[in-house]
This record gives sequence, C-alpha cells and structure tokens, in this order.
Amino acid sequence: MADKIPVTVLTGYLGAGKTTLLNRILSEQHGKKYAVIVNEFGEIGIDNDLVVGADEEVFEMNNGCICCTVRGDLIRIIENLMKRRGKFDAIIVETTGLADPAPVAQTFFVDQDVQEKSRLDAVVTVADAKWLSQRLKDAPEAKNQIAFADVILLNKTDLVSPAELAAVEARIRGINPYATLHKTQKCAIELDKVLNRGAFDLDRILEIEPAFLEQDDHDHHHHDHECGPGCTHEHHHHHHGGLKHFHDEEIQSVAVSHEGDIDPEKFMPWINDLVQAEGPNILRSKGILAFVKEPKRFVFQGVHMILDGDLQRDWKKEEKRVSRIVFIGRNLKPDALREGFLACAA
Amino acid sequence: MNAAPAQTLTDRVTSLAFDEHVLHAGFLGEEAVFVMAEGAIQIGREMPAFRPHGDSILVVASDGKRIVTGGDDGKIVETRVDGSTTVLGDEKGRWIDAVALGPDGAVAWSTGRKAVTREGKGKMRELALPSTSQGLAFAPKGFRLAIAHIDGASLWFPNTDAAPEVYGWKGPHLDITFSPDNRFLVTSMQENQLHGWKLADKGHMRMSGYPGKTRSFSWSHDGLWLATSGAQAAIVWPFAKDGPTGKAPRECGVRPAKVTKVAFHPKSLVLAIGYEDGWVILVRFTDGAELLVRAGGDGTPITALGWDGPGKRLVFGSESGSSGLLALPV
Repeated sequence: MADKIPVTVLTGYLGAGKTTLLNRILSEQHGKKYAVIVNEFGEIGIDNDLVVGADEEVFEMNNGCICCTVRGDLIRIIENLMKRRGKFDAIIVETTGLADPAPVAQTFFVDQDVQEKSRLDAVVTVADAKWLSQRLKDAPEAKNQIAFADVILLNKTDLVSPAELAAVEARIRGINPYATLHKTQKCAIELDKVLNRGAFDLDRILEIEPAFLEQDDHDHHHHDHECGPGCTHEHHHHHHGGLKHFHDEEIQSVAVSHEGDIDPEKFMPWINDLVQAEGPNILRSKGILAFVKEPKRFVFQGVHMILDGDLQRDWKKEEKRVSRIVFIGRNLKPDALREGFLACAA
Repeated sequence: MNAAPAQTLTDRVTSLAFDEHVLHAGFLGEEAVFVMAEGAIQIGREMPAFRPHGDSILVVASDGKRIVTGGDDGKIVETRVDGSTTVLGDEKGRWIDAVALGPDGAVAWSTGRKAVTREGKGKMRELALPSTSQGLAFAPKGFRLAIAHIDGASLWFPNTDAAPEVYGWKGPHLDITFSPDNRFLVTSMQENQLHGWKLADKGHMRMSGYPGKTRSFSWSHDGLWLATSGAQAAIVWPFAKDGPTGKAPRECGVRPAKVTKVAFHPKSLVLAIGYEDGWVILVRFTDGAELLVRAGGDGTPITALGWDGPGKRLVFGSESGSSGLLALPV
C-alpha cells in the first residue's frame, strides 16, 4: 500500500488571513504540489495547482451518534483526487470562516475509503490578533476553531500593541493550551511549521504538555525556531511570567495525570462511556497511558465520539510511567473527569 | 491463500497497460474503450488516445453507442466510436458529480446542488436539489430521472412542471439504479448498505450486512437479479416478484478480498467479478461454476469491468492501469 496522502485542514474566522496563508503555501518554491479544496473560487491566484470548489455539505452519519457529522462533498472529492495520485503530494482543505472543523476532521476517521488513502495531518487555525478577542465573545465558531486547532497562527500582530497581543494570547491559551502557536504578520511562516505536522499520528504523540510552557521562553530570545510539544531541543524554563492566566467560561481544557499504571479493563469502558455520553461536548482528547504489565505506551486521540488508540513505543528506562489524559471541550466537568480517570488506576 | 477456480480463461486474455487509474472499461460498437481518471480516452488499438477534458475525467456513462464523460473542467462531453466529440454542457469549472444516459440521446448530469437534463435535440432543463448528488439514473420507460441525495431520492419528469416525487430514507444515498422492469429503485448508501423502494407504493427494502460501501451494481439480463460489490463475494439480490425483502441474497465468488466491480453478462446468467487484489473471475449463476480470468495481475484493485453487446468479450481495468481484454471461446 502506497503512503497515505497528508491532509491539512485550514480554518480561521472571516478575514483572519486564511487566503493569505494559502497563497503563501501555493506560491513558495518548495517543489511540492498541492491539491487545494476551497469554498470560494477566485480568491486564489495560482494556476499550476489543483484547486477544487467544495460545497461544504455536512451530514449526520446514521450510526446513532448525534455529533458524528461528516463532509459528504469531501469524501467524493478526495476519492476523485486519489485517482490521480501522481499529480500532487498533499491536500489542503480550506473551510469557510463560519465552519466547525469537527465534521472535516471526522470525515477522515469515519469514511473507510478516505481513511485508506489519506490521513489527517493537522488542523491549522489562523486567528486575527486584533479581532480575535471580540470574536471569541460573539462568534462560537471562532472559539471552536481555536479549541480544535493543532497549530494556531496568531496573525496581524503588527496591528496590536504588545499588551493587546499578550491579552489575546492568554485568551487563546485559556481555551487551548496544547496547540503550537506562532505569531505572524501576513502569515509569514516557514511552511514546515504548518504542514506535515502529524498531529493525528499516534506515533508522533510524544508528550502532552501545555505548549506555552515552552514557547513563552522564546519571546525573550531571538530564536529562529518556535517550539511546540515534541520539540527536542534544549529548553531553559527561566521565565513563565509573561502570560496572564485566562479562563474561558465555556471552552476549557482538563488534564489529569496519574503517576503510575492504569488498568485497561477499567479505563477502556470508562473512556468509551465517557465519549458516548459527553462526545458532543468533548472537542478533542489525547492520552498517553501506562497499562499494567505493558512495556509499551498506549496512546490515543479523539475527536468528539471518535477515538483512535494503539500501543506505541516502549517506555524508556529513564522515563517515569506517568499516565496522562487531556480533554478540550465545552462545559467539561473537571472533577468528574479527574475522579473517573483516577478510578482507573491499577 | 485461496485456491484458484479449477477452470481458467487466462490464456484468452490480452494484457494492456495504461499506467493510469482506469475509470471505465467497455465497448463502443466493436471497439474496446478505456477511460482514464487522468483524462485520456482510448478507443480501439489504432486510434491515438485523446483528452476531451484536459487533465481529468471524473464520471463516465456509456450505452455501447456513445460515452458521456464529465470532467473537472466542468464540461460534459459525448464521444462516439469514430472518436468524434460534442460538448453537451459546460458548468464553468465546477466538478461534474454524476452523469447518466437516457432515451433518444438524452443525458443528465449533476454538479453542486443541481441536476440538468439535456434531450437529444438539445432542450435543457434544470432542477435545484436539496443536496449534492453523485447518483443519477434514467427510468427504463418514459423521460424520467432519478436523483440520489441526502435523505432519499427524487424522481423527476423534466418535461413537466410538477415537483419531483421524493422517496425518503434518512442518510446519504450515493449511486442509484432502476430495475429493468421499472418496478424497483435501489440506492447505495454511505453506511455500507443498499436501500430500495417499490416504485408503486414506496415500500422500503433494506439490504445490509456489507463490510464496505457498495460502489458497483449490475442487473442480470432478465432483470431478476442485482449483483453488488462491497463484500468478500458478489452479493446478488433476488428481485423476482416482491423483491429481496425476507430473502437471502446469493453470494458468488467468495474470496478473501473485497469485490470492487461487478458486471452481469448481457445475455446469460454469468457474472464478471473484479476484486480489490486485482483478481477477475466469471461465475456461472446456474451451477456456481467459477472461471478464472486474471489471478491478480499487479495486485491493484479492479476499477472497471465491461462486456461487449453480444457478450463475447470482457474488458477490465485497474487502479494502476493494468488492464486486459478477454475473448471468450465462441
């Protein structure tokens, strides 16, 4: 079986700069060809790539789960694109500013044919530094897009003061502390920070620490490199002072860790029941678990009710067997999540 | 591994290589025709391949006299056996999602949330749809188009102003077909099942149990059987009398690989079956006898199968372009 084609989902509220990023991706000299699935023709000025207009058609799967929605048009387009595989290296799906990223993401886990040929790489959200704070108050879609993101481009930083920038960053972190965040002007960014991230790849879930602990550091140095989870270079956590804590009333993240092993016989039914019951509220989930008598790490990630998990690499000798799970969602019940998870301890 | 069928026709197969995904394999008159996803149409062996849409063909329909293709250029093109072409429609760069052939040179296509019919003389009608559609079929009698969409199918008489009649069933419907006797309408669905309606009373029929989506179906020449892909055998539903409700389907050509294409012989109860691992076999329906046509080739899924009019030759194509022509012993 040939390699699966990576698919990057590009979201962002109206006017945040999605098209700017898309044009940048398509016009830079990188020797790669992209198939781009857009919602509005004509905004993209590049001829040599494959640009497809989509209908953003969301439907519910008839599998009894109300949040299990997929993009029907996307299934058809990807099936068709896969019949001319030699013509491009990767796919980018641009969603409208008002779109919920979940149906797009779920399409890659629910449809068997799509899953066989392609893999979701990451959800990249472009946010407008000047207007995001306002949008987070009045547009639930904007908040969803931040909560769902693996990579966030906080764009148009030149239009705000340093204090305003810190405030908007704190708001983002209040919703989603795990995404890799890059501050940009005119979406200027090296493309390898946006593309081919492997955010849904179980083998690349190395750690799930809040990303800002590492990143904050870099605001004070002149690094050419911003780090996210999984970055292996040497860090010096001297100052974490810059970021105000901000708590979003609606969407937040809950992380629970247990210094020791988890009983899979307890955990599996618990997590399955949890996503069945709370799936509509849980936007994203991730976990790295030490199962009893299991030398390998069990990793999982999920989107609403859909979970994908597997045994990954061995726990290293110097590595503590710590089991950790993270949820990002709406109106989560932190105490219940904590108690539920800790009750799965071996 | 599984045993090959005892009898083989492999020495009667001429191999052909196209190096591209084969979207359609069939015949125009006497000539074998292959249509590639990357845009080329090959008619017979003498004529050079040509590209009526440029880079890509998305959908194909053929009745043995003409081939109609829809491309990512938004055009709908009719091709005849001499290689001559006519542009029947132009949707200005929008992908064409489905095409179907009707009586007297009629054609239908869908793009976005609309369906269009074009009669042989050029008269066009357009219908707004509740969702996009990737399944269109003309009824065997009269000028009537069935359109599969989310939550059911619409049956439309393009020459009347009446609203289309809706046959409802929740969920996304993909491909659609009428039984040749015009009594049943069948769709394949996103959820690995088929749905059927009796046209007379809109009675429902559910045909489920597939491990994968059904993306190929074929009616037997007598109209009594519907063969389908999507399982590790061709699943063939009985449509005599009241249809398949309460009856078990026949399973033909059971193998450890999923069936990707089915094509009934045009004159006898023989079914050609293509598999995801590149195998092609013929199954004689009356006694279950199997004949090997191709033992896998390069192992890529069979994507196209087609008989000629008299049923003497069968062509097949695959995802990688490795293809072939079987000439049956006369």
